[in-house]
Amino acid sequence: MTLLAFDWAFVIEKLILIVIIVLTTLLITLYTTFGERKVAAILQDRPGPNRAGPFGLLQPLADGLKLIMKEEIIPNASSKWLFILGPGLAMTASLMTCAVIPWSTDVHLFGRTIALQIADVNIGILYVFAVVSMGVYGIMIGGWASNNKFSLMSALRAASQAISYEIAMGLALIALLMTTGTLSLKTIVADQTAGHWWNVVYQPLGFVIFFICAMAECNRTPFDLPEAENELNFGYHQEYSSMKLGFFLFAEYVNMIMSSAIMASMYFGGYDLPFFDETTVAPNIAAMIGLGTLLIKIVLFVFLFMWIRWTIPRFRYDQLMNLGWKKMIPLALLNMLLTGALILSKL
Amino acid sequence: MQALTNKSIAVNRSPMTFWERLYLINIIKGMMITFSHMFKKQPTVRYPEQKREFSPVFRGLHVLNRDEEGRENCTACGLCAVACPAEAITMEAAERMEGEEHLYREEKYAAKYEINMLRCIFCGLCEEACPKDAIYLSETFAPANYTRKGFIYDKNDLLIPNTLTDANALAKAKGVEA
Repeated sequence: MTLLAFDWAFVIEKLILIVIIVLTTLLITLYTTFGERKVAAILQDRPGPNRAGPFGLLQPLADGLKLIMKEEIIPNASSKWLFILGPGLAMTASLMTCAVIPWSTDVHLFGRTIALQIADVNIGILYVFAVVSMGVYGIMIGGWASNNKFSLMSALRAASQAISYEIAMGLALIALLMTTGTLSLKTIVADQTAGHWWNVVYQPLGFVIFFICAMAECNRTPFDLPEAENELNFGYHQEYSSMKLGFFLFAEYVNMIMSSAIMASMYFGGYDLPFFDETTVAPNIAAMIGLGTLLIKIVLFVFLFMWIRWTIPRFRYDQLMNLGWKKMIPLALLNMLLTGALILSKL
Repeated sequence: MQALTNKSIAVNRSPMTFWERLYLINIIKGMMITFSHMFKKQPTVRYPEQKREFSPVFRGLHVLNRDEEGRENCTACGLCAVACPAEAITMEAAERMEGEEHLYREEKYAAKYEINMLRCIFCGLCEEACPKDAIYLSETFAPANYTRKGFIYDKNDLLIPNTLTDANALAKAKGVEA
């Protein structure tokens, strides 16, 4: 029976791909939390977690188990459904980004060509933006539903911070899109592989702006104002406990990995291994090499995020807004203008 | 203003230059500093596997000494308890009976001898007060315990093992304690 002319193998293939990618992302995220602690420790001349398993490698599992075993507390005065929805939304939104990231070139398996990308939508970057701005709803709802003044303040901060920095981020992206001429992430990456320079060469200022904004979007230090302990206690997840708290904390790391993947794809050639001709090896091996390259790029970016976090203190709130509105946006506009002028002059 | 010492450095209050206001360069400088710390030696002592050497004057857990014939030195005179500023030591004396000469050196001995390790400040005054060389502070410290009661060490905990009856007793006790 043919139910609508559906390619069921395609559906199954995509389902498997989704499961693999989401699970791998979660696993990598687990170890990113471990990496964060190790990096922090090493930068501060300490050994870091080293008790659970060899080199402390089981530490993330112990952390997860601990979070699950904690008592689940839902405050009486909170709006229960929103309170539960908040962390779920934050997590979902951050995981949804991985749908458009091209993880590598096509793989040939069982006589099928499988694209290592869940969906090659032609508006890939727009989709990323839409999802990323949804991520702030999780924080907003979580903070508001807690019925706690500190949580609300912090949620407000998170929202205004995200909105402010999204503008500069978008403007930096427009300049990039002018040079690439497409919104599809797959095409952007493919354009950088075939003997071309990486986009960061054409858009150095754009990359710096994008990187700073991405850091602000992820609520990472020095932009972790929503979690500023000294003025807001614990931030928007003040009232949360158990795995709901874990989801919030986890979502931050997923965000970090996703923005690293996006940056690697858009500015640093994605799965492109420099000075290596992929056509000389079998397509499947080339795909695996590409996947490894992208993962290494992601790890380097994540390390950069952590390195910055353990170096600089956080901004004051007015400084944050100053930087966002008075420095980042004009710079991004200037970058856009210059790019446009250069493209016009070359025509 | 006249500087009092040559250690004080005047704060530079000149307005920031463009590059300083850009902040990025200073961030990179800071990041280089943190990066250099990745290769520094860690001062951490990984405790259960590694132990820090105590200094020779370290004052740790008390031991009740024996003489060369394996008899207890303590005569329960109470001078240690009197000397103790934290009042951590209590004892009860008893008279040595016929046939116990191999156990206790003198006619009187401590039937009960307790030190509350939660009160003890490890000052070593008991060691100084003792006229019989009976109490010494060793080079171990009181291990953690779940109850307060566990920190009240009685005579069995404190008495040094008799090396005449069991040659390995001291090594064994050290292995447990240390």
